[in-house]
Amino acid sequence: MLLIHCPYCEMDRPELEFRYGGEAHIARPADPMATSDETWAEHLYFRSNPRGLHAERWRHISGCGRFFNCLRDTVSDRIVTTYKAGEARPEIDRGAA
Amino acid sequence: MSDRSVAVAARRGPLHAVSLPKGETFAVTRAPDAARFVLRGDPAGVAAFGPAAPGMLRASESGSRAALRLGPDEILLLAPGEDAEAIRGELAAKLPAGAHSLVDVSHRQIGLVVEGRSAALCLAAGCPLDLRPAAFPIGMATRTIFLKAEIVLWRQADDRFHVEVWRSFAPYLVGHLSDAHAGSSDP
Repeated sequence: MLLIHCPYCEMDRPELEFRYGGEAHIARPADPMATSDETWAEHLYFRSNPRGLHAERWRHISGCGRFFNCLRDTVSDRIVTTYKAGEARPEIDRGAA
Repeated sequence: MSDRSVAVAARRGPLHAVSLPKGETFAVTRAPDAARFVLRGDPAGVAAFGPAAPGMLRASESGSRAALRLGPDEILLLAPGEDAEAIRGELAAKLPAGAHSLVDVSHRQIGLVVEGRSAALCLAAGCPLDLRPAAFPIGMATRTIFLKAEIVLWRQADDRFHVEVWRSFAPYLVGHLSDAHAGSSDP
């Protein structure tokens, strides 16, 4: 079973305790009423879908309950690192992973 | 009322038709009726309840009261059932206003005591955590899963766990624990 490091529990926990939460670092436009339809649609529906490192949200729902962020390689499915919500995406080179 | 006998339908709880494993190496018993609260906010607020503020994924106890730190700001408070009303009043008076939430979840779940030499072995049949004492020491408490059911697991001794499970999942949990014990190499 895949073990995921929860940055709040500070331990490796089984993947069954987690739920995926979509791409991370997506900022909601501060004033939706003043946002063009294109920008709003972009915010709602368009995601980067990269081949390689992907920053994504996960929730330790059957554990501490916290959302956190994770860098996962979409080719190998390897989770490179996890970090707390609110923290900046770590600068990690995919080759070094 | 006339003296005719009146038909009654009384609920007997989630485990009334379930036989609990009861042996030397493995036993499951129903924990006494408890008052349960979920406290969200600064863990230092636990002091108003009694026990010291527990560290992350740890339990702290004081007399008959226990506090289980399930998350950074989430603490499950356990106390004897008859204390529920008193606790609500105490905490409302002692907690700093506006900084906490306190929710009574007494009847959402039931407590089970899983004990015996095979307790960790049988729990490990459905719980993917490492339950060896080095990885899951006495005093550790966490929310986790047992097969498809979410549980709160608290190790009270090497061979005794307290398990909190939502009431409708209780027969499922006990059934699979019995099954695991029946199929264990240490019957």
